[in-house]
Amino acid sequence: MKRYSAFAIAREAARYHSGWGRAWAAPQPKAKYDAIIVGAGGHGLATAYYLGKNFGITNVAVLEKGWLGGGNTGRNTTIIRSNYLQDASAAIYEKARSLYETMSQDLNYNVMFSPRGVIMLAQTHHEVRGYQRTAHANALQGVETQYIGPDKVKELVPIINIDGPRYPVLGGLWQPRGGTARHDAVAWGYARACSDMGMDIIQQCEVTGVRRDGDRVIGVDTTKGAIDCDKLGLVVAGHSGVLAEKAGFRLPIESLALQALVSEPIKPCMDVVVMANTVHGYMSQSDKGEMVIGGGTDGFNNYTQRGSFHHVEETVRALIETFPMISRLKMLRQWGGIVDMTGDRSPILSKTPVDGIFVNCGWGTGGFKAIPGSGWAMAELMAKGHSPLAAEFSLNRFAEGRFIDESVAAGVAH
Amino acid sequence: MLTLQCPYCGVQAEETELHAGGEAHLKRFGPGASDEDFEAYLFMRENPKGVHFERWRHVNGCGKWFHAARCTMTLEVFGTYSAQTSEPPQSIRAAISAKRPGWQWKDFA
Repeated sequence: MKRYSAFAIAREAARYHSGWGRAWAAPQPKAKYDAIIVGAGGHGLATAYYLGKNFGITNVAVLEKGWLGGGNTGRNTTIIRSNYLQDASAAIYEKARSLYETMSQDLNYNVMFSPRGVIMLAQTHHEVRGYQRTAHANALQGVETQYIGPDKVKELVPIINIDGPRYPVLGGLWQPRGGTARHDAVAWGYARACSDMGMDIIQQCEVTGVRRDGDRVIGVDTTKGAIDCDKLGLVVAGHSGVLAEKAGFRLPIESLALQALVSEPIKPCMDVVVMANTVHGYMSQSDKGEMVIGGGTDGFNNYTQRGSFHHVEETVRALIETFPMISRLKMLRQWGGIVDMTGDRSPILSKTPVDGIFVNCGWGTGGFKAIPGSGWAMAELMAKGHSPLAAEFSLNRFAEGRFIDESVAAGVAH
Repeated sequence: MLTLQCPYCGVQAEETELHAGGEAHLKRFGPGASDEDFEAYLFMRENPKGVHFERWRHVNGCGKWFHAARCTMTLEVFGTYSAQTSEPPQSIRAAISAKRPGWQWKDFA
């Protein structure tokens, strides 16, 4: 792999940029791999990357039915934070956030991590108490957050209306090292690093079946033929249930559409990420100047990557009260992704009833921020059979009643 | 936007009038059931990519719960029917078979 650097730019400028080469290879599948990861989104590629980097397992294929990073990795609102209430969530999300801090250097690929700070607005008295509690919990967990009053919110976000008639801003949970990153670059950076370690990233290769020998996985059938493997990682977000069925087990997952939208680009007006969970909308400004807006999921099972207009309308209507300035903005693009929701709205990182198959799914509406931590834990789980970060997120927590009750306890949008 | 006809009041209701209520025809397990059955009843869901049966409530209308048969891949609606039944009526199943030959959902086909 040719390293990217200021020197490389100068060298290529001197020869008309003729020597850059491909960022990752496009090989045909081999007959057998030590491990196959299904899904070349952020989580799948991060899993492969840490299998190689932390455990030296590089005979790995990452299979992708579409194109690299074309699912939820390229459809989210790029928010990174770790201000969770429960210890298990705070641990894995903070691991992820801390890995984002050095990701550009680790991967030699600019992922444009921007720790600009994230505020979660408290707009009801319930939220005030909830976020004060979360701030205390975060102090014990070693996650840097702070509960701030409305004056400080106004100072950080001058365009906000803190006296909204219906939901005034009473305070906020402030995470100064939260922020955003460029989502495509995260997938591309991991892909380039994986390819460099000799892993095969195979796009347009859909898994059509999972081959088992009794209770053990022996390989997969794909649109590019059968491929053998010792271990199989299913990291496919919205389609986790579909693949689990092919492998012969069930998941406590429902697939729903989640929408996001961006406005026309405007001059810089908001340099932090703001989440308003009572009204369920969140907004940040991209480097191009677009206001990036997201809300809650649509209500019904859906695999179409399209949502209903009235959900977009609800989100924007709610945000206009808090940000009156955006009422005249034109919205440029709107899109949807299919998210996999579990009963307790927390992810699943687990062994499965089939020996050798591991699942990483259920990230629901909050997967992007977790990508490096999720890959780190999933790689450890696949290599060693156990990972401290993943232990609480196992599949049997539903049977045992050990829910990670994050959505109820913290009242957060993921 | 999704439009469903409420089988009780006959109104063609669009989505903002309705509330989605998740999978239909769940078999309920309670005290005395095995752990596996109880877990499956509480958490495991069909979540198919294709034909799906689900509960809806005509919340901003007559307020009643009803069932709908819908395709999660195309959002096509095959029909709606009363919630006073433990399985989809034959007319709905025939309507699905006409458009999705060979479909299966749980034990129904």
